[in-house]
Amino acid sequence: MLGYIIRRILAIIPVMLIVAIFVFLLLRLTPGDPAAIIAGDMATPEQLNRIREAMGLNDPLLVQFFTWMGRLLQGDLGVSLISGTDVTTMIGQRIFPTLNMALLTIVIAVMIAVPMGVVAAWRHRSWVDYAVMSFSVLGFSVPVFVIGYLFILVFAISLDWFPVQGYASPTDKGVLAFLDRAILPALTLATIYVALIARMTRASMLEVLGEDYIRTARAKGVRESKVLFRHALRNAAVPILTVIGTGFALLISGVVVTESVFNIPGIGRLTVDAILARDYPVIQAMILLTSGTYVVVNLIIDISYTIFDPRIRY
Amino acid sequence: MLFKTRNFDDAKTVLDISDLVVSLPPAAKAKPVLNGISLTIRQGETVCLVGESGSGKSVTSLAVMGLLPKDALFVTGGSISLSGTDLLAQSPGAMQDMRARRVAMIFQEPMTALNPVLRVGEQIEEVLESHTKLPADERRRRVIDIMEQVHLPDVERVYRSYPHQLSGGQRQRIMIAMALVLEPELLIADEPTTALDVTTQKQILSLIAELQEKHGTAVLFITHDMGVVAEIADSVYVMNHGDMVEHAPIETLLRDPKKDYTRKLLAAVPSLTPRAARPAPGGDPVLRVEQLNMVYGGGGLFKRHPGTHAAKAVTFDVARGRTLGIVGESGSGKSTVARCIMRLIQPTSGAIRLRDSDIAQLTRKQLKPHRQHLQVVFQDPFRSLNPRWTVGRSLVEGPVNYGQSPAAARERAAELMEIVGLPRDSLDRYPHQFSGGQRQRIAIARAVAMEPDVLVADEAVSALDVSVQAQVLDLLDELQEKLGITIVFITHDLRVAAQICDDVLVMQRGVVVEQGAAADVLANPQHDYTRSLIEAAPGRSWDFANFRELGAA
Repeated sequence: MLGYIIRRILAIIPVMLIVAIFVFLLLRLTPGDPAAIIAGDMATPEQLNRIREAMGLNDPLLVQFFTWMGRLLQGDLGVSLISGTDVTTMIGQRIFPTLNMALLTIVIAVMIAVPMGVVAAWRHRSWVDYAVMSFSVLGFSVPVFVIGYLFILVFAISLDWFPVQGYASPTDKGVLAFLDRAILPALTLATIYVALIARMTRASMLEVLGEDYIRTARAKGVRESKVLFRHALRNAAVPILTVIGTGFALLISGVVVTESVFNIPGIGRLTVDAILARDYPVIQAMILLTSGTYVVVNLIIDISYTIFDPRIRY
Repeated sequence: MLFKTRNFDDAKTVLDISDLVVSLPPAAKAKPVLNGISLTIRQGETVCLVGESGSGKSVTSLAVMGLLPKDALFVTGGSISLSGTDLLAQSPGAMQDMRARRVAMIFQEPMTALNPVLRVGEQIEEVLESHTKLPADERRRRVIDIMEQVHLPDVERVYRSYPHQLSGGQRQRIMIAMALVLEPELLIADEPTTALDVTTQKQILSLIAELQEKHGTAVLFITHDMGVVAEIADSVYVMNHGDMVEHAPIETLLRDPKKDYTRKLLAAVPSLTPRAARPAPGGDPVLRVEQLNMVYGGGGLFKRHPGTHAAKAVTFDVARGRTLGIVGESGSGKSTVARCIMRLIQPTSGAIRLRDSDIAQLTRKQLKPHRQHLQVVFQDPFRSLNPRWTVGRSLVEGPVNYGQSPAAARERAAELMEIVGLPRDSLDRYPHQFSGGQRQRIAIARAVAMEPDVLVADEAVSALDVSVQAQVLDLLDELQEKLGITIVFITHDLRVAAQICDDVLVMQRGVVVEQGAAADVLANPQHDYTRSLIEAAPGRSWDFANFRELGAA
């Protein structure tokens, strides 16, 4: 088991190396002179040359790559072309709002969706089941910004329970202040994941509830709630975990609309701003971050399977 | 044959079912699933409930447990009483409390009946958690105690094991421990040994008998296996299509069955006496296997693992039109040999000569011309036919792959339907529209459509009721007469082997321990293992079809 984890962690290296090469070439393979792209249309030849020199663009490609990789390994992602600040610092400022939001969203989604899916499967083809399924169709199809503005209208403006927008760091301002501002955007984000996870839970549970060992558990006189959550849910866990994991990775790589609607200074907006401004070092950093997140989350999901199902041994 | 002759007239009645009617929802407008059946079991008594699939045996047991599928089956009449308690009047909560405490159940397939992600010790302990207020250490003591009573080895280790780490017999012992830990008055055993090997079956049957004796449990034993019934029953109830056909003490029922259905059921039980020998064939063998070895696993990146030697130096040959039986228990390597012959897997070494060409090491591409001559019929016809394809499409696919025109292949498929005893228009229907026996006929027709030289039947009748089994065996015999096919028949069932095989090969742990003419091997076994297999066959000294002791002519 430990050997498997080590092998999987080592396997991250080649994956990330390929991503790094791609990211490096991104700028170099763009047609035209990267310096000209960066400097813009109005630059003088001296300015261009200064930029080339500063970026090391006059060196051979291989030298450029190793210099870039060397800096990358030291955590130096370059300097933003727009603001002139260090990209590592920029991401450092933005990652915590996104991370906190993602965690809160996933926790809310799982807490609502899993019981919903379990009950829907348990009362298969009853009104509860149809209600859950209809909700899930709704959750998939209503656009995020509609849900966001709807929540703001109802809970922030009409009922005045929560502030309309903004973000408070749980470490600086306290958990309550964070939750006060974060609950509406998290609920907004959670809607689609509730739909997704509830559907997956229901499908997976329906399959498991037909198994012989569920009949055995009932024949033992075990309470129905225990039959569902102890016997069935653990067996149904693997596909549900997969959906939760990928959902979490998606959340980390940025949720632009929600961050815009609720004015949260997160990764999603940073990415969009960087793309619109052609801020290449920031874009490069974002690609690295996103792919890194996926690789790590996938690793965690794979390892967590073994906790739920002892038959899975690597 | 020694039958049980215990008298239970003075024992108190534990289970009393009277005029029980179980129906489908009124909207279905169908005949009841249980049509007013009555049944009584007394303390310490073993009652066998026999019948073919669809007879209502399992529905009866689920009705007693209060576990009939909701919204699908309803009790619409009669009564079930457990030592005076009216079970049908109980609330769901009260019924739940009674399960495992007063009435417990064990099931057919112990692998699927145990939860794969929980330790088996915890699964037994859960019964105590649900029904008692015992402290944790006392619960654990009780669990260890019952695990010792069912003779599990190394109890502390087994307690912490998951089901997949135990053998089939051990898993069934866990199920029995779970059912009996609270000493219920009634134990319902639904085909508890059907999925087990004969030698394991023998152990489990004697374990149930031992614990029944010890705790005075009443046992309702559901089975389709008349051999098992003869060994264990005090009295027998025979069911057919939801009706109770006949009820009698065991010896009376076997010697002097009153009803036609019972006679028919008993007559279909295959005899352990081998079939009359057929004239020895002339000519070269169609299939010749020499020194076949198959090692699974092994290799490994850093250190060499020994691997599992699933077949060791297996050598045999079969002539045209003959049937060879490969007999053995699970893990004996009989299925591995079958898969090697079919070239579904590549043997590690050895030769498989099919009509003079050695196919043992051919590549996928080189194998293609030979595939046509080797066809297989699998155990489970519910899963071996594509449920989304019509029968016709399944039958035509193979011949068309080998160059027949679709029209000709379809015409041949229609002829084959008639040969296997199904209407021609079956071709346009889907597998789920047929019964198990009919599906197996379709699977045979599909194999025969390829005009093979060798047909491998891998436990092809094991999933079928005895009466259907007999028909399918007759069909295979008939096809062999007509088409001269060679059959390799893989089975764990010695009775079936005795009925169909000319020659028999007995395998144990990858090795052929005995081979020869079926009449010699089964009537006069030389090897200890063959002898133990035959001795473990339940009811072996009774001639069911003739209602008398074997050899008492």
